[in-house]
Amino acid sequence: MKSMLIQNGHVVDPANQLDGEADILIQDGKIAKVGKGLKAKADQVLDAKGKLVTPGLVDIHVHLREPGFEYKETIASGTQAAVAGGVTSVACMPNTNPPIDDQAIVYFIKAKAEKEGFCHVFPVGCISKHREGTEMAEIGELKRAGAVALSDDGAPIMNAELMRRVMEYAKMQDLVVIDHCEDMNLSNNGVMNEGYAATLLGLRGIPAVSETVMVARNIMLAEMTGARFHVAHLSTAGSVELVRQAKKKGLNVTAETAPHYWSLSDKSIKNYNTNFKMNPPLRSEEDVAAIRKGLKEGVIDCIATDHAPHSSTEKQCEFDEASFGIVGLETLFALTYSHLVEPGVVSLSRAIELLTTTPSKIVGINKGTLSEGVEADVAIFDIKTSKKVDANQFKSKGRNTPFNGWDLKGWPVTTIVSGVVKYQAE
Amino acid sequence: MSWKSKDLLTLEDFSAEEIAHVLDTANSFKEVSTRSVKKVPALRGRTVVLFFHEPSTRTRTSFELAAKRLSADILNVQTASSSLVKGETLIDTLKTLESMTIDAIVVRHKASGVPQMLANVTHASVINAGDGAHEHPTQGLLDLFTIREHKGSIAGLTVTIIGDITHSRVARSDIYGLTKLGAKVRLCAPPTLLPMGIEKMGVEIFYDLDKALEGSDVVYVLRLQLERQKKNLFPTIREYSMLYGVTSERLKRAKKDAIVMHPGPMNRGLEISSGVADGPASVIDEQVTNGVAVRMAVLYLLQGEKTQGENS
Repeated sequence: MKSMLIQNGHVVDPANQLDGEADILIQDGKIAKVGKGLKAKADQVLDAKGKLVTPGLVDIHVHLREPGFEYKETIASGTQAAVAGGVTSVACMPNTNPPIDDQAIVYFIKAKAEKEGFCHVFPVGCISKHREGTEMAEIGELKRAGAVALSDDGAPIMNAELMRRVMEYAKMQDLVVIDHCEDMNLSNNGVMNEGYAATLLGLRGIPAVSETVMVARNIMLAEMTGARFHVAHLSTAGSVELVRQAKKKGLNVTAETAPHYWSLSDKSIKNYNTNFKMNPPLRSEEDVAAIRKGLKEGVIDCIATDHAPHSSTEKQCEFDEASFGIVGLETLFALTYSHLVEPGVVSLSRAIELLTTTPSKIVGINKGTLSEGVEADVAIFDIKTSKKVDANQFKSKGRNTPFNGWDLKGWPVTTIVSGVVKYQAE
Repeated sequence: MSWKSKDLLTLEDFSAEEIAHVLDTANSFKEVSTRSVKKVPALRGRTVVLFFHEPSTRTRTSFELAAKRLSADILNVQTASSSLVKGETLIDTLKTLESMTIDAIVVRHKASGVPQMLANVTHASVINAGDGAHEHPTQGLLDLFTIREHKGSIAGLTVTIIGDITHSRVARSDIYGLTKLGAKVRLCAPPTLLPMGIEKMGVEIFYDLDKALEGSDVVYVLRLQLERQKKNLFPTIREYSMLYGVTSERLKRAKKDAIVMHPGPMNRGLEISSGVADGPASVIDEQVTNGVAVRMAVLYLLQGEKTQGENS
């Protein structure tokens, strides 16, 4: 296999406390050496002068939609969107059709990703059979087939007894339980955050407590069972506070949030634009401030996109009828850089940590570092040039982004997966 | 004064001057309906589509009469459910209608925001005839017209709106219109029927009907949708009526010359007693009469002024 040398870049690798100019030598698809002024010969030399070089990003909350919803996204198009966003590893959520509640689907996804994918794909298995929230899925078998975590994402586990048993069982299997925390009764068919903005638009509200009470319940069950519990797409100030307390107690509780929860609020919803409809919904400005604080103070462990592509017909309709969700892979780093790092909410190295080492640790994959000997997954970013988001240029099949037309900095230039260039900006 | 938009979607973005302009125009149209030949040629040759996706007799017939009295051609397109059920989106349906060249489309839909969505993709004028719990701007305008007729001016009046504010598009349009014209607006309902943050619209909240009625110039009673009881928004219809039903006895707390309004259809004996509905303070029938004049004014301002422009 060919060797590659990435020269003169500003390398940030939080796992190895590296933050400065360095070269990276890749041999046989692995990181061979990282250091200043490497005098190695390589088949391919990339000049990264003036660019940011990081471990390939890790996104543990992605909807690849295959099998079942290939008109929204496929493993091929979703992973191509990933590398176009500097992401080299994704954990894909099991709300496919059939859902990932059976080892066969895990094998199918892994085989498809191997054949057609642009990056590493780690399936998340279902908590319950058919994602119905009533009976436990074959968790032991899912784990053996390669599932890295458990979730019924998109649907919360409303039955507390089931959640208790799943946590006990998942602990035995050393799998993290990821819950989409939402009390469906409190959500009451709401379509956006309950508050003044929803009142003016006359749209049914989803109260913040609909998330917060479920986070509280799950933390209590995690305390009782000792399981590892991860909060998916955390969006409320109340949830931040609960996770803070859980961590203080030393519980195995972690949390992710998504870029739209720190860059948009419910006030951003204008003219019933359905690209601002997602679940959890865009929250109040107070919640946005709490999310930023949670990221700054380390209460929130990682950033994940909740990349949720939909077809145009599912979005060009009544706000009430539109599907929840937005695409996120291709704007992930730009929103992190422009709306967290540049305003000084978190440092650059902390941001990279939130996008590489901590998510890898949560799902237990050996990713997100430039340590010698690991698979060479590297992302190179231009953090100086401002560019407008253009949804029509997305590699994802989904065009459902609220950020179209935004001026952002922090765009991927080159993405390398296992030593091979999988994305190169034009 | 010219109309700034091709559409009438909300009263939120209306200025006090624009509202007054519509009301003044409606005033001159009101006379047309009193003639033996109730017709003017203002919209002759224009096509107005009544695009109703929710059962409505009152608003639809009011718009239909308004358009007919302006000599427009009318097309009624009514569907009970979302057209997505048929595999066709609302936008597809609109594009089909537009291809047959229409001038204005009057939209009623159970989902908030549908008129906005359609206005973004059509050249035709879109008139919101009620969208979800968002707005019902022509109802708001006809309410303002009726109040102005009785009270002369709206500034300084105390208007008390009673009932299910959360699900009421009428309440939102009325609040915008009334506060822009300088009225003091009180809302009276149990907390379960008041949407979060509504006080930020510049209204005063009351849970106690007797206190809310005290000194009111206008008492506006909203229709109670009976199915709300199933959603645990109040315990029983009986208890709602006991706490929030407007009766002749309770009405005594309002000003002597107070008027009583209701957007219809009424649940007699529930939110309003027959004594009040049919009593001397009631202007409920006048609201209906004025509705035609106000809708004529709206159609004329959106379409008729364009005609004049074309001719000149």
